[in-house]
Amino acid sequence: MIRQAHAILMLLLGVTVLRTAFTDVYLRYVKEGLRPLLIGVGVVLIVAAAATFWYEWRRPAPENQPPPQEGHREPRVSWLLAVPVLALILVAPPALGAYTVDRAGSAIQQPAGFPALAAGDPVPLTVGDYAARAVYDHGRSLAGRTVKVTGFVTLGKGGEPMLARLTLSCCAGDAQPIKVGLEGKVPAGLRPNAWLEVTGAFSARRTADPINRAPIPYLAVTEAKPVPEPRNPYES
Amino acid sequence: METVKAAESRAGEREARFRDPRLILTALLALAVAAQEPIRGLLGGAVIQAWLTVFVAVVIQALPFLVMGVLLSAIIAVFVPPSFFARALPKRPALAVPVAGAAGAVLPGCECASVPVAGALVRRGVTPAAALAFLLSAPAINPIVLTATAVAFPRNPEMVAARFVASLFVACAMGWLWQRWGRADWLRPPGRPHTDGLTKGAVLWGSVRHDVMHAGGFLVVGAAAAATLKAFVPAQWLDAVAGNPVVSVLALAALAVALSICSEADAFVAAALSQFSLTARLAFLVVGPMVDLKLFAMQAATFGRGFAVRFAPATFAVAVLVSTAVGAVLL
Repeated sequence: MIRQAHAILMLLLGVTVLRTAFTDVYLRYVKEGLRPLLIGVGVVLIVAAAATFWYEWRRPAPENQPPPQEGHREPRVSWLLAVPVLALILVAPPALGAYTVDRAGSAIQQPAGFPALAAGDPVPLTVGDYAARAVYDHGRSLAGRTVKVTGFVTLGKGGEPMLARLTLSCCAGDAQPIKVGLEGKVPAGLRPNAWLEVTGAFSARRTADPINRAPIPYLAVTEAKPVPEPRNPYES
Repeated sequence: METVKAAESRAGEREARFRDPRLILTALLALAVAAQEPIRGLLGGAVIQAWLTVFVAVVIQALPFLVMGVLLSAIIAVFVPPSFFARALPKRPALAVPVAGAAGAVLPGCECASVPVAGALVRRGVTPAAALAFLLSAPAINPIVLTATAVAFPRNPEMVAARFVASLFVACAMGWLWQRWGRADWLRPPGRPHTDGLTKGAVLWGSVRHDVMHAGGFLVVGAAAAATLKAFVPAQWLDAVAGNPVVSVLALAALAVALSICSEADAFVAAALSQFSLTARLAFLVVGPMVDLKLFAMQAATFGRGFAVRFAPATFAVAVLVSTAVGAVLL
């Protein structure tokens, strides 16, 4: 009976994983590159569940059965696998947002170099790219250009609006924020977690993150319009 | 009298029917689906959502590596007989230890499988010192684990090298220590597994099911702990622990023992512990596959309590010392 219940749980887990991989829900948790592996694991889990049902069905009657292996009782801890299954089916928790940003210092990183910006006006940049150019290149490669940056709103301790994006090195478990302050024509009444597409220019103003003293550059906003959450909510 | 007994046995039967795990699982699912809206409302707070997202992320990220490891390890267990290892290993124990340790690098064995495999090796006449080196190294340095580590630490590839070197060194050191000071009467000769009369397919899928469910359950525990540290515990507390090099190494080593995460999955939990130094996280990755609560229970069941109470603490001490040293050099 326990084996059959385990098979049901494996089947549910496999189907849930496949569903997250075939919708874009998996991008809330892991990077795009994991998708083929997720599909593979979903298939293996379903096959393993089917195999369990098959062998259970063909199993000899209980009296001819070998006694269970020592130290190999069916482990109770297995039932915990129902928790992620239920979490995915019922809630499918959203991508990390302002709460995580407020708890961690900005993880701005100095890149090896600053290649010239692509053509176009405004030129689209990631939050991480803008922040690195503004801080470590002192805005030189941004001079005279209009940039377009997409991120979500977080509010500093005094309610000052910031644009943030979380970066993943592997999965949402290690997400770290990059923050950019907003000045200029910032719309009033911004709420945390609202996604914005901000157009603006480099600003020399700078502040320090109260959590880890990392530099937070500013962006002089000329236009900010609400946008839906992008397909991949994280930057890598 | 008769009727009382009959009633009792009927009641017992009824109780057993209510304890049917299939029934409980179905009832749980039905309840969860019926109460979907209130559950969503309850779980709607920012803190709980962040917890759930990190939790699900670590589980999803680790699951493919866990299942791949379990599958390959089951295939090897079924199709490569233990007598093959017994023949392949050098006869001199001092030499057999490093060879067995290095063999762990090419054979994916998840840690749940490595305990019975080591038991089978001892039964086939492999010197216990070599079998123990294999027991420790196979789950720690096999290709799937190293790949998972590289995926989890894309910005610190040196982590892979450090994990490999430290784990192999600990495995060999423990083998040699056993050979020098171990006593045969500490080790209870392991019994035979009862898989006779089953087809290879039945054994293969039976062990895949068992190991996926077992290791998966511990992965859930580990992911929950990582999510709690990430979303609940105040950052100042973590920084206070992480700021002291000695305390942080010991804290993460102890965490590895408590969490019992499968070695294919633990790198993703370590990656989520981003406040801690790389050396502390290396200790987590070296200790975890070799000593944890689940392994202790399995070793006690296979080799006897007398073995487990000596072997596990010694391994813990060696693993902490070696990972600190390797971390100081490589990280």
